[in-house]
Amino acid sequence: MLAFILRRLGQSVLVMLVVALIAFIMFRYVGDPIASMVGQEASSADREALRQQLGLNDPFYEQFFRFITNALQGQFGISYRLQQPVTELILSRLPATIELAFTSALLALVFGVGFGVFAALRPKTISTAAIMTGSLIGVSLPTFLIGIALIYVFAVELQWLPSFGRGQTVQIGWWRTGLLTESGLRSLILPAITLSLFQMTLIMRLVRAEMLEVLRTDYIKFAKARGLSSRAINFGHALKNTLVPVITITGLQLGSVIAFAIITETVFQWPGVGSLFINSVAVVDVPVMAAYLMFIAFVFVVINLTVDILYYVVDPRLRVSGPARGH
Amino acid sequence: MRTKLTGIAAALLASSMLVSAASAETVRWARASDALTLDPHAQNQGVTHTFNHHIYETLLIRDLEGNLIPRLATEWYLKEGDDTVWVFELREGVTFHNGNEFTAEDVVFSLDRARSDTSNMRQLHADVAEVRAVDDYTVEVQMNGPSPLYPNNVTNTFMMDKDWSEENDVVAVQDFGAGEDNYAVRNTNGTGPYELVSREVDVESVLEYYEGWWGETPEVTEIIYLPIAENATRVAALLSGEVDIVQDVPVQDVERLSSSEGFKIETGPENRTIYFGYKMTDEPLASSNITDANPFADTRVLEAMSLAVDRNAIQQVVMRGQSIPTCVNVPPFVNGWTEELDACPETDLDRARELMAEAGYADGFSVTLDTPNDRYVNDEAIAQAVVGMLGQIGIDVTLVSRPIAQHSPIILNNETDFYLLGWGVPTFDSAYNFNDLVHTKGEEYGTYNIGLYSNPELDEKIVQLGTMTDLEARDALIAEIWATVQEDHVFLPVHNQVLAYAMRDDITLPVHPENQPSMTSVTFE
Amino acid sequence: MASPAPTHSEPTSLLARVLDSDVFYSYRKSPVTVVASIVLAGLILAAVLAPLIAPYNPFDPSSLNLMDGYTAPLSDSMMGNYFVLGTDHQGRDVLSTILYGSRVSLFVGISATLFAMVLGVTLGLFAGYRGKTTDAIIMRIADIQLTFPAILIALLIFGFARGIIPPAQQESAAVWVLIFAIGLSNWAQFARTVRGATMVERQKEYVAAARIMGVHPVMILVKHILPNVTGPVLVIATIGLALAIIEEATLSFLGVGVPPTQPSLGTLIRIGQQFLFSGEWWILFFPAVTLVLLALSVNLLGDWLRDALNPRLRQ
Repeated sequence: MLAFILRRLGQSVLVMLVVALIAFIMFRYVGDPIASMVGQEASSADREALRQQLGLNDPFYEQFFRFITNALQGQFGISYRLQQPVTELILSRLPATIELAFTSALLALVFGVGFGVFAALRPKTISTAAIMTGSLIGVSLPTFLIGIALIYVFAVELQWLPSFGRGQTVQIGWWRTGLLTESGLRSLILPAITLSLFQMTLIMRLVRAEMLEVLRTDYIKFAKARGLSSRAINFGHALKNTLVPVITITGLQLGSVIAFAIITETVFQWPGVGSLFINSVAVVDVPVMAAYLMFIAFVFVVINLTVDILYYVVDPRLRVSGPARGH
Repeated sequence: MRTKLTGIAAALLASSMLVSAASAETVRWARASDALTLDPHAQNQGVTHTFNHHIYETLLIRDLEGNLIPRLATEWYLKEGDDTVWVFELREGVTFHNGNEFTAEDVVFSLDRARSDTSNMRQLHADVAEVRAVDDYTVEVQMNGPSPLYPNNVTNTFMMDKDWSEENDVVAVQDFGAGEDNYAVRNTNGTGPYELVSREVDVESVLEYYEGWWGETPEVTEIIYLPIAENATRVAALLSGEVDIVQDVPVQDVERLSSSEGFKIETGPENRTIYFGYKMTDEPLASSNITDANPFADTRVLEAMSLAVDRNAIQQVVMRGQSIPTCVNVPPFVNGWTEELDACPETDLDRARELMAEAGYADGFSVTLDTPNDRYVNDEAIAQAVVGMLGQIGIDVTLVSRPIAQHSPIILNNETDFYLLGWGVPTFDSAYNFNDLVHTKGEEYGTYNIGLYSNPELDEKIVQLGTMTDLEARDALIAEIWATVQEDHVFLPVHNQVLAYAMRDDITLPVHPENQPSMTSVTFE
Repeated sequence: MASPAPTHSEPTSLLARVLDSDVFYSYRKSPVTVVASIVLAGLILAAVLAPLIAPYNPFDPSSLNLMDGYTAPLSDSMMGNYFVLGTDHQGRDVLSTILYGSRVSLFVGISATLFAMVLGVTLGLFAGYRGKTTDAIIMRIADIQLTFPAILIALLIFGFARGIIPPAQQESAAVWVLIFAIGLSNWAQFARTVRGATMVERQKEYVAAARIMGVHPVMILVKHILPNVTGPVLVIATIGLALAIIEEATLSFLGVGVPPTQPSLGTLIRIGQQFLFSGEWWILFFPAVTLVLLALSVNLLGDWLRDALNPRLRQ
């Protein structure tokens, strides 16, 4: 057990290092940060001086080593764009992203399971066909277009919901939440729907498939034979058996929801880490980009590690082969 | 049902708008991006300056016509008998937000800070040798030599409080190499009309009127500044009544907004010219099928290109009327601009093809055009339109569009054969263009001479301009230089950008030529 | 009528077998799938034949007239030209740009999916067959890949490629870079599935027998194991194709993608959304509808394929 966990931890650290390395190699090529840092008047000599000052002229391995050493101490330097400590920036943006991600995961779970169960129980009806096809439209349109369309309909034409931002927020400790005010909750609706569509479709399909299989198993047949009500069978037995993989997948997907929030956050001017990242890419704010990627990698590594360990605890046979993962 | 609900929503909205119009003092102001820092000397960037102008003040400022007018300095002149010294007389009775008095000491401190090594404003003060306080309200700026236009350079250099800066350890400007951020990045103490109440980067900044301000009390007493990056979202926020003023309006939405009930548009020319440039050296181009010569080294080809570009069509279609076609790359407010330089010949494809044939390129040639796609208004679409137009005279252009962060290094390293760029003239004088765009590329001059144009005779004249004090002779020399530049077709200008601000129709925010509007100039109906 | 089942020209027996098969039965019984495949076939055909059927060639800039710009559907432009679906901001015929754009989108989508499939299947087979360290390394790499969301990987690869390819060649390389970027961000799904199946098959007796007889491992993988994973791979590929097409569109929104002079459907939508408020709805609407039809029909086919190939779900 301990050996397994240690080995997994070791691998996780290795994964983080590789992510850092790859990210770092790429940054050298995504553009020139200097261009956005100095004014039009800066001479070639000035630009060169700033490059030197930032250590951009140092050999690659030196820059990488410096980055790793600082990162280990939780230091990601100063943002080139905003001149503020990166760690602080990311932490201040994190609550917005996490609230958005969790809300949309919840939406996806509730509606995904609901529709999925419905589709499994009434496989041959028109409404099931409509739900199955309709849910595919959600994944057949780029997220940005869905977001803009929602803004157009609900903010501009109907004027029911805000078009951008987080509304009013309340500070609790270092956590700034939008969940406690009316405008905060209203602001959350459109982005959360936009972000949840993809996961909702995924979960719905998964639930439907699992339910169909479970419903065919012997013990359900046996339960039917025993004369249990179909309600008890469907929800007491079938759904319960379906939910384990669904919750696992939803948990695993949480990371990619956070990452996928980049687009949603950009469209809705949602002040999370995703929009921070996109703003940073535009001006090649390397410290922020690096920290963001490390953060995403960290989230995934933690989720994967937790799941692996849980699986190990539940069923030792499952050790090396991890659970299946969705997109 | 839906119409009923919409009706109710509209009624609710209308009533809430009435309320805010009645109190008439808070303005919600949306832009595409946030100020990068509040440290006045850390960034030389328009959006940042515009925001900081509300908190900090400069010695001089430009009015809506682009003229220099007094701000913290009431008078400025060359010292009698010494044309290397500029004298600034300061406004009396000005206080900083913390109550400290504004004096000559603060000016000396601020200009020195702006000139320091880590300041991004220092290029504008490169010719300053020393700044000294003569008395509490007089400052002398000793230049390295005669600098007749120096006052043009101080319109974005903000004045800080010396004592406050020392107390908070912000005497030096942010050093990127250091591990900490500077106190001045997030905290302010200016003399400006508004005080900072709260700020969340990229989200919202709130400013409140400073009761002790020396000027006339503005109608706007509270500013809520909201950066919204996405064009569609920003316009939607205005249409849905969530913001009052949108500063960066996409040109295609200008017409719809100006005809929509409840909204209006203010427009005005911007100090920025969009132009194309090309590599003008003798070596063959890297991206062309002509491998034994550079077609752009032949003035006839350049003239043909200028004749082939239909600037009016670009204005009408790509820019939706929101541009002013030009054939010189300085906007009208800049010293040296003339109507003759600005005037364009009629688009003439036949003549253009003739010129191509005369130059030996009857069959045309191929070349790659580099354009940014996130920097200027419809930059990519302009380039795309020009690709089509040049195709008509046989020039087969391949278009590559990149974000400015990738475009910039390519052009600054002269790795492009043909490029699009926009250029503003903060000093409002042609010499600024000549120094950076026309002079042979070197350490101090020609940073943006991307086509590597080189004319030693012009170089001499350009250097000479820098120290001329006889303004008439200087203007004549400027005209002379422009004549040569135009004759050699060093640039292929397209248009000057037009600024459009959209707002609720009971508010008026006039357009500022440098796109630095002040909320103090807002009036309510 | 087009059918996704393999059609063959000569032996009627094969055709008969196909028509008689369970898969075809389930196809016929699903009207949604039939409609989806007709729509998809129509779109693919139109895209392939674009140069023949498009009224204009929007990829030839010198044939465009800017003054034709913003013509509404079913009307004459200022220059007196007629456009069925109107024109965009460059005076391009929207119908033609859609036809040519679908070509680009399909080409990028299919190539990227094929690339991801070949890479993923190969690595998956290899990992599953060799096991131990090989497996651990490949699957850890897949983990890293899954760690980074596809869109982020593609974004970084694209930026990276921009940096290492000389500026003059970037234009012609853009499409390939895009295919590489999207493909590289999607291979892990294939690898995971194939690896699992391979591990199961490897244990079976006939594989052991073949191994003892000295059959080369590559032959074993290709002849015995690969056929067993075709079904799931096909399903992943279909869903992957829809994802790749949408991913291309999303990348375009982030300013990364094919050149604007040779737009894909995604680029057209990115451009079109600028005109949402200004009244020129057709610049956005028609490309968006086309993209939805394309992605939806691919998804529906994938859906059907998944159910049809899953014996446990067959009733």
